[in-house]
Amino acid sequence: MSSVSVIYALMFYFATAVIVVGVGRKIAQYARTPAPLKIPTTPAPVTKGGVVVRMAKEVVLFASLFKSNKWIWIFGWMFHFALLLVLLRHLRYFTDPVWEWVALIQPFGKYAAFAMLAGLAGLWARRIVVDRVRYITGPSDHLMLALLVGIGITGALMTYVSHTDIVAVKAFFIGLITFNWQPLPTDGVLLAHLGLVVALMIVFPFSKLLHAPGVFFSPTRNQVDNPREKRHVAPWAAKLDAREE
Amino acid sequence: MAKVDFDTPEMQEVSILPKIKPGSMEHSSPFVAKDIHQEPLGFPGELVENFEEKVVEKMGDLLDKYRGFRVFLDSCVKCGACTDKCHYYLGTSDPKNMPVGRQDLLRSVYRRYFTFAGKYFPKLVGARDVSKEVLDEWHSYFHQCSQCRRCSVFCPYGIDTAEISMAAREILDSVGYGQKYCNEIIGKVFKIGNNLGLPGPALEDTLEGLEEDVMDDTGVEVKFPLDVQGAEVLLVTPSADFFAEPHIDGLMGYAKVFHAAGISWTISSYASEAANFGMFIGSYDNMRKISQRIRKAAMDLGVKRIVFGECGHAWRVAYSFLNTLAGPWDFLDPKYPVPQHILEVTHGLIQEGKLNIDKSRNDDIVPTFHDSCNVARASRMGDKPGGQFEIPREVIKAVCNNYVDMAPGTTHEATFCCGGGGGLLTDDLMEIRVKGALPRMEAYKQVTENNGVTNIVAICAICKAQFTKILPFYGFGMDAIMSAHQLVSNAIVLEGEGQDDADESEASEA
Repeated sequence: MSSVSVIYALMFYFATAVIVVGVGRKIAQYARTPAPLKIPTTPAPVTKGGVVVRMAKEVVLFASLFKSNKWIWIFGWMFHFALLLVLLRHLRYFTDPVWEWVALIQPFGKYAAFAMLAGLAGLWARRIVVDRVRYITGPSDHLMLALLVGIGITGALMTYVSHTDIVAVKAFFIGLITFNWQPLPTDGVLLAHLGLVVALMIVFPFSKLLHAPGVFFSPTRNQVDNPREKRHVAPWAAKLDAREE
Repeated sequence: MAKVDFDTPEMQEVSILPKIKPGSMEHSSPFVAKDIHQEPLGFPGELVENFEEKVVEKMGDLLDKYRGFRVFLDSCVKCGACTDKCHYYLGTSDPKNMPVGRQDLLRSVYRRYFTFAGKYFPKLVGARDVSKEVLDEWHSYFHQCSQCRRCSVFCPYGIDTAEISMAAREILDSVGYGQKYCNEIIGKVFKIGNNLGLPGPALEDTLEGLEEDVMDDTGVEVKFPLDVQGAEVLLVTPSADFFAEPHIDGLMGYAKVFHAAGISWTISSYASEAANFGMFIGSYDNMRKISQRIRKAAMDLGVKRIVFGECGHAWRVAYSFLNTLAGPWDFLDPKYPVPQHILEVTHGLIQEGKLNIDKSRNDDIVPTFHDSCNVARASRMGDKPGGQFEIPREVIKAVCNNYVDMAPGTTHEATFCCGGGGGLLTDDLMEIRVKGALPRMEAYKQVTENNGVTNIVAICAICKAQFTKILPFYGFGMDAIMSAHQLVSNAIVLEGEGQDDADESEASEA
């Protein structure tokens, strides 16, 4: 076992702990905080089932973004769904035997890397070209894009240019899961790829990537439009009623 | 008219997206509330000494109380989808009037004190400390937001700048740096019962005057009852309906509808105000206190139903919040939703054929309808989503022959604010009000030129007052703005009306 393998093993344990605990705490915080008033952006669904449909349209199709700006929608949707395919494809490195459906999407997942990079490039270009978007872009926004582009490029390099010993990589990750550490190949592209992934996992709970859990808790999107039919009172607001009676 | 020293923006055939002009509206800031405006609302009279500490403390309090506030501050990815959606940005080109630009004025402080990244890497994520300059900037730009929610329609996470701007105003109030206009008005509601400070006897006189006017016009005795015990309906309407034009013509319309349908109704001198500026300043306590007045009035008068007159944000508070703030309403007649919008009432009566309508009386008018933001994006009418768009249009079409809609993308959920909502309807904010009206004026100009539209109809007291003032800046007559129920009032034929009067349309104009 090389020291690189040990360092990467520890980094992955640490990053996993950070993302799971960090995002978990954020989700708990969102769930705990009451939404005292009914503020769905209307027209809004009048039933819970309707809210599920609305949320699904937002999460799967980016419906509001589609209404808003077709360029951001095309680039954003392309990036996110390519990323999803790529992530699902990567499940093959964590499961043995590889699940059938994961094997099935393998060819799509491989090419999705290009769609992902194209989407990111489009989003990045907007940050430079469109004056309004340039104005709201901060250093952290560029860094986030750099991180994702870096992950995409190093990944694509390994798929199409300089292959790594993928069997050993898989052994390494299965070893991490089963606490039976195995050596990691030490070629530079792989180490860069994994290092950037670790960085992304660590910044996730402290950055705008919180939009991922956030969207599900957005009261303008997840509330049922039924305030006249059903009285909605937050616990802290109910105390105001109680005090007077 | 107020003196102005700014240029009215030029209207374009096809709206052109302006290039950003940083700082172009930084001089715009409303009058600061004095102690006499602040203290009756429970706020400190002047900027407190340790405001840095207090701002952070209040922000923490709001973060724990409002999930939306917290989620919205965390979730923005700076995608830019909202950047061209705010009418104030479109009218001023100031990037701090882009919804995300406005949010970031507060988000930067949130990050500094409440996030890991902002505590340790402030430059990286644009975090900054609280300072007097920051508060000045908030006072300026959070009073260039009409809380119209147009941005929230287009945000992929539903981030609602209205919520951020309400929170910012609540924080400013809590450290003694409020806005005079809103806080002075809320004080009047607590002291006298309405925004205008119109006391009971004056209200009684006004209503008697209206009875005489309707009598002169129609020859029918239509009552405008005040504080009538045991009436079926309590009408809660914006106090502008009692004296301002064209609001008052709308009030006459409500009275005629109730009269024609044989519904007994009353106004309450104690709760003679539908508007609730507590919402504009983001104060749950003040909003609740104002709402509780309606509960008390309904109980004292022993009414069975509550109906709201034409008002945008008032309908939001009524429809979306009243049950929360002042419910439960189990002492009212369960056959009717609580509260109802006057348009729901009129719409229902028209459907049932209970009103005698002569559409031709509105033949000299080609109206278009301005969806008020709070009705469009923060409430509903009827029992189906989108009823807030259909019901007003169906009522207008039922009482007039020539209805025309403005361009898609400027109506329904994408409607443009009149420019004066959200607590900005004050002369010290005239410039932002005129500039913010640009997108609406462009859409209106288009239908006046292409479709011969003569009037713009609104269902909001603020829209009506705002348009009266700003239409002339864009070359339109101030009387182009009408109440929806003004059209109803024109067209409704009352039993026993003008039996020997040949020219009815003239009589109904006044």
